[in-house]
Amino acid sequence: MSNLATDPVTVPLSNARTLSAEGLTLTRGSRCLFRHLSLQVSSGEALMLRGANGSGKTSLLRVLAGFTMPDEGRIFWNNRPLAPAGSEARHLLFYVGHANAIKDDLTTLENLAQALAIDDVALANRTPAALSGALDSVGLLARRDLPARKLSQGQKRRINLARLLLIDKPVWLLDEPTNALDTDGVNLFTDIVNGHLKRGGLVLIASHLSIPLAGAAQELNLDENARVRLETIA
Amino acid sequence: MNAPRSLSRLEFEPLPDSSSGMVELSRSPERGFFVAAARDIFLAFRSKGEVIQALVFFIVVVSLFPLAIGAETALLRRIAPGVVWVAALLSVLLTLPRLFASDHLDGTLEQMLLSPFPLTLIVAGKMAAHWLTTGLPLALMAPLLGLQFGLGGDELGVLVMSLLLGTPILSMLGAVGAALTLGVRGGSVLVALLILPLYIPVLIFGAGAVEAVATGIDYAANLSLLGAGLLFGALATPFAVAAAVKISLD
Amino acid sequence: MNLYKYASPVTFYPLAGKLIPWFAALAVVFGLVGLYLGLIVAPEDAQQGQVYRIIFIHVPTAWVGMVVYLVMAAYGVAALTLKTRLSSMMMEALAPTGALFTALALLTGALWGKPTWGTYWIWDARMTSTLILLFLYIGYIALIHAIEDKKRADKAGALLVIVGSVNVPIIYFSVRWWNTLHQGASVSATGSKMATVMAQGMLIMALACWMYAIAVVLARVRAIILERQYQGANEILGFEIAGTEMTGTEMVGTK
Repeated sequence: MSNLATDPVTVPLSNARTLSAEGLTLTRGSRCLFRHLSLQVSSGEALMLRGANGSGKTSLLRVLAGFTMPDEGRIFWNNRPLAPAGSEARHLLFYVGHANAIKDDLTTLENLAQALAIDDVALANRTPAALSGALDSVGLLARRDLPARKLSQGQKRRINLARLLLIDKPVWLLDEPTNALDTDGVNLFTDIVNGHLKRGGLVLIASHLSIPLAGAAQELNLDENARVRLETIA
Repeated sequence: MNAPRSLSRLEFEPLPDSSSGMVELSRSPERGFFVAAARDIFLAFRSKGEVIQALVFFIVVVSLFPLAIGAETALLRRIAPGVVWVAALLSVLLTLPRLFASDHLDGTLEQMLLSPFPLTLIVAGKMAAHWLTTGLPLALMAPLLGLQFGLGGDELGVLVMSLLLGTPILSMLGAVGAALTLGVRGGSVLVALLILPLYIPVLIFGAGAVEAVATGIDYAANLSLLGAGLLFGALATPFAVAAAVKISLD
Repeated sequence: MNLYKYASPVTFYPLAGKLIPWFAALAVVFGLVGLYLGLIVAPEDAQQGQVYRIIFIHVPTAWVGMVVYLVMAAYGVAALTLKTRLSSMMMEALAPTGALFTALALLTGALWGKPTWGTYWIWDARMTSTLILLFLYIGYIALIHAIEDKKRADKAGALLVIVGSVNVPIIYFSVRWWNTLHQGASVSATGSKMATVMAQGMLIMALACWMYAIAVVLARVRAIILERQYQGANEILGFEIAGTEMTGTEMVGTK
């Protein structure tokens, strides 16, 4: 880990993708959420963030996404420093937080289409047929033209699942993605994440649920005293 | 590629190749402006209420003045430019929360920050959409109100021109205030406090242009100054607003 | 690398403490000399009589009120580009002083206006611009106090003042433009023929105002540094200030 920043010559092997962070420290108000936290996630790997409410899971994801500037520490992509919210970061990182980014005034289909337009997904991947296909996959095809205000919380979450199917960013940062989802929805989510891992994507999930993931996974535990425990599972 | 997906068959396109360690950057970043503008205009038309409310507010405020001051034609003609401009300013101020507040609440703003498009262009698109759905209707409605105040043809023409040049600046400066006060207690009053002093030059040059016509002075200088302000604002404010949005999301 | 960021308030705190008495003393000395020149040495004005003597307060306070805003903007640029914590604290410390001087300039202007023009307020270009400047100060103060997160408040305030300072010349220009268009009262604050002793008195009073402003701002910034350390706010953790036994790590533990 220590030579991450210093050695730009060791460009990764073909197709290797690595998101890493080194020495992240974040203080909010009077509380230190994490100190000198380092992590590394590579192609096809998942990292589960665990911890009680308020332990800093969301804050860590927001730091990685570039919304929050850490007090210390840096983030790397393929061993090169990644400028927070810089152009490269915006092409790599996909983040869904507690809020669904769903507009009540728009229909299910319109919400999906608008979100993908902002994501700058290639036009070929967001044809009406592709959108309907994705909505079908998440079980919303019948509600395609219903205003989102008539959808339940879980159904709104499912619009974001459809979005996951069409997005082509490699790194997914998901904050409590299974909130409000039913069992069926959680299974669907698991399938989508596993599909992404299989194609060499990277996933970081803050969640209380244990999600059966394909491939290597790590678990990062944050506790209230800013202690961090990293372990490999599966 | 476009075949519908079903639950049993969750397939993904392969990820863009990043074996070189580099990421292929956006195909055309300037599209971000149009994507954001189109989205906000679409949303404004979906909930027409807000656009119409601001317009009605504008009309009502202007109509209050004769009731408060008296209906003497000469007096009304004299105060008309100022009244219309102040009312336009307040109407724009009233609609500023619409620019970012709901996108902030529902998480869309975060998505915009992480969009491949530069945030500067996205906020510029939002500002353009805001003007098209507030400033432009106000400018088009203004001649009708000017007539009520007894303004002549030349004055009405200059009034519309001054509003067309000036209200975009109101949207731009207002966007800075709206972005800075996102999620802050008492946000809407605070925006007024922050932004109204900055609106003063626009008010002076805008209302001044119409008054210049009325008094027979050359009004071109006023309009030129508004135009210069518009250009400068268009170049500078998107960066300030993008910075403000980033600060507010931190 | 972060040492720089952490170090500045630490080194600045005792330095400011040492400087305050000097600036305070200078303020008193300049103030006494300036008032002596202005109230006793300077001759009575041919047209305005004794009343004009208020300019020895009015003009210097207007200067300070104006320049403090520009100083804040400079600190704002530093805060956003160099990300120095001290810059934001300096802005926070400067704002009340700037607002106070601007308000004093307005008050003294009004007091001067009553005997001179028979009204407390005229929409003179200078008075109007000064009033708008006061609004800008109030806006900044309101904004930084409305935002709970100190880190965010600092950055938002810095950005607001930078945007405001770009606008200040435009506002001044537009108000003068407006004033000439409307042929409002045109006031010449300095008079046409100013005696040398008047100019000297005014200059020394301006120095007095500056020394006072610096002393007060330094005292206030020390208070802000302490206040933020006690709150354990944000990044100013892990440094010790002489005379207070608290360290950042202890603070993290306590709350």
